[in-house]
Order: sequence, then structure tokens, then C-alpha cells
Amino acid sequence: MARYDRAITVFSPDGHLFQVEYALEAVRKGNAAVGVRGTDAVVLAVEKKSTPKLQDSRSARKIVSLDNHIALACAGLKADARVLINKARIECQSHRLTLEDPVTVEYITRYIAGLQQKYTQSGGVRPFGLSTLIVGFDPYTRIPSLYQTDPSGTFSAWKANATGRNSNSIREFLEKNYKETSGQETVKLAIRALLEVVESGGKNIEVAVMTREEGGLRQLEEAEIDAIVAEIEAEKAAAEAAKKGPSKET
Amino acid sequence: MECVFGLVGNGFAIVAADTSAVHSILLHKNNEDKIMVLDSHKLVAASGEPGDRVQFTEYVQKNVSLYKFRNGIPLTTAAAANFTRGELATALRKNPYSVNILMAGYDNESGASLYYIDYIATLHKVDKGAFGYGSYFSLSTMDRHYRSDMSVEEAIELVDKCILEIRSRLVVAPPNFVIKIVDKDGARDYAWRQSVKDVTTAVV
Repeated sequence: MARYDRAITVFSPDGHLFQVEYALEAVRKGNAAVGVRGTDAVVLAVEKKSTPKLQDSRSARKIVSLDNHIALACAGLKADARVLINKARIECQSHRLTLEDPVTVEYITRYIAGLQQKYTQSGGVRPFGLSTLIVGFDPYTRIPSLYQTDPSGTFSAWKANATGRNSNSIREFLEKNYKETSGQETVKLAIRALLEVVESGGKNIEVAVMTREEGGLRQLEEAEIDAIVAEIEAEKAAAEAAKKGPSKET
Repeated sequence: MECVFGLVGNGFAIVAADTSAVHSILLHKNNEDKIMVLDSHKLVAASGEPGDRVQFTEYVQKNVSLYKFRNGIPLTTAAAANFTRGELATALRKNPYSVNILMAGYDNESGASLYYIDYIATLHKVDKGAFGYGSYFSLSTMDRHYRSDMSVEEAIELVDKCILEIRSRLVVAPPNFVIKIVDKDGARDYAWRQSVKDVTTAVV
């Protein structure tokens, strides 16, 4: 027992926590995940690496519900994700039991981030190797939110963000193209952002939406995603043609 | 003094409970809802120690929710009833809950069902059940008139007969009752039977 109380995450001479930074590396190798906050909808889209033919895809869902009004997607070590998600789900119900109120998005984000931080300052454990994107609508106010947490335990709110593989390119795209959207436009923006780094097609993307009126998380069917992707490609082609058109006439 | 009873009909289950919150000789309120909606298709009618009743049923409700989020599907009525009974049994020889429960639910595969769970963790699947002093009257009335596969109207007639019997024969009969129903469309309020509405201040 004495051997396992030594900390794994310790400071380096120049003030780095290498274990945390290595955990962030693990996140960078994980599947790309995008989150976008609209005025009345929040969207999560995750890259789906080619599904093995024999696998039941329903058991490998990457976007999960924490409660009726909160959803989570993550990039990094999926087994670590299971542990965090389980604890978060318990906390959601525990909060309802003791406070007779559902959690706010910020509360559960703070809780998850708190857990991630705890594992950077405890003996014998390593940090969780994942960053999460948490979306939802606060109870009563119904204000939409998107939050991100990372292995260090920091969290912040975003209008749109990405994590995992090529997240920098996706974030650049979002910074250039973000505007306040609602409903289907928000879904399109999220998918367009993800398509920057992912092969086009419904079978390579998993998308889920939560709207203010509907409540609850709705996973989009492959056919629906294909349809939206087709729309996006058509819009892109039209934009290309418009660019080339005028120069031909001169 | 608390009266809770219920029965299973054709594709539905109905539970009724009195709505008096009593402390010794004082009536705190006469519109206390003792039938909790456990989830979309389950009702829990509970009677017993007021603190235990609320704390225990809310605890069961949150655990039933947690199961749904963890596993992507809700618990069946039978599973929820057995979970409830297990919790009562575990607490029994340490810190028992003084709560009697009638759990009614609808499952697509097995239809409507009613479970009798008493405070010492007895579990029975029943067609009709009742708790409290009122059970002497409601159980007898149901035994006389109950048939399997009753329609909602017939079942409500029987429930009203039971309420009438309780009101006329139980010396400290509760004045008001709430009736809830669960069927394929979910668990919901059916009606209130009030013989005493809230007392408003007298006009001077």
C-alpha cells in the first residue's frame, strides 16, 4: 500500500505537469468532436471511424445523455469516458434528489471538471485521457449552453468548439464561419465544420441535436445526415460556380 | 387512517389514495398527493410515515431514472418492484422504512400490472390490493365486484364504490381522494374525489 500513494502527476522543474500534457496528447489522437450552440438548439457531431461490419453500432454510441436536458460527447480514451459519464449520471440524479431541481449545464460541467482535476492531484492515479463537450438547456431559464472540459480540469463556455483530431483546423473554420443560428442551420454548421476533417458521408459522422421545445437528445439517422451532407455539398458547388461564373464572362 | 388501494383492468391499472396529511390530531393539509409518477409508465402509491414515504419513493424514483440513462431503456414494472422490495429488505434489519407501496405500471410486453409491497418487504404481484384501515372496506368491496378485464369506466365505478364505503364506514375517514391511471399512453392523473375543499377565510 505504501508504494501506491506516491503521486504520478508531479511538477517538472519548469512548471509543467507532464502527465496532464501527455493526456492532452491522447485527446489529440482521439476522434474529432464538434459542438455548436444555436439560439434554440445545441448540436454535437462526432467523427465515426469506419464501423467494423460485425459490430452493432448502437452499442458504440459516442454522444450520450447525462440527463433529460444534458448531453455529452468526448474525444480521447473511451474507457475513461465511461467512468466519468457514469459518475456524472449519478450526480445528475443525486442533485435532483437532494435539491429537487435538475442540474444546470454549468453545474455538471463544474462537477466533471472537478473530477478530472482531482485525478491530477491524487496518489497512485493518472489523469483521465479525455476532453468533453457538454451541451444542454438550463432548467426554467431554458438558456442553451456549450461547455468544454479537458484532462487538466479546466472548463469554459463556448459558442462553438471542437476537440480531438484536427481540432485546430475545425476551430479555425468555426471562427471564420460562426454566426448565430437556430434549428437546422445549427445542425448544418456543426456538420460543415466536421466535414473539414472527416470523409464525407452519413456513415462517418454521428450527429445529435437537442432543441428547446423538444427537450431530450435526438440522434440523427444516417439517411438524415446524408441528406444534410448532400445539401452542404450542393451549396459548396453553387458557391464555387458563382465564383467561377463572373470571371468567365470577362 | 391512510387509505391506498388499486386494481388492474383491461390494459390499464388504477390506484387511489387519500390525500390527508395528518399529525396526531391535526390535519396539515387535505390535498397531499401520495401517488408518485415514478416514470412515464409507472405509478407508486405510498402510505406510512410521512418522512419515510417521501424520502424512500423519491430515492426509488431517482434510481429508476439512473437506470434509464445508464442502459438506454427503462426498467420494467416487475424489475422496479423488485428493486424497491430489495431496498426495503436491506434496510429492514438496520433502519427500516415504514412505507407501504402499491406499484402500478404498464409494459408493452406484459401489459398492466400491480405490485403489493409492504413495509417489511413483502412482494406480491396482484390484481387488486389495499393498505390501511380502509383496506378492510375496499378489499371486501373489490372482492365482491372485481372482474378481470374491466373497462376504465367499470373500474372507476368500483373505485367510487370503495371510496363511498370508506367514507361511510370508517370512523376517521379521509375526506378527499386522488385517483391515477397508467396504461399504454403513460401514467397520469385521472381524477380527484373531494368532499371537503380547502377552507377559505370567512367573509367578515
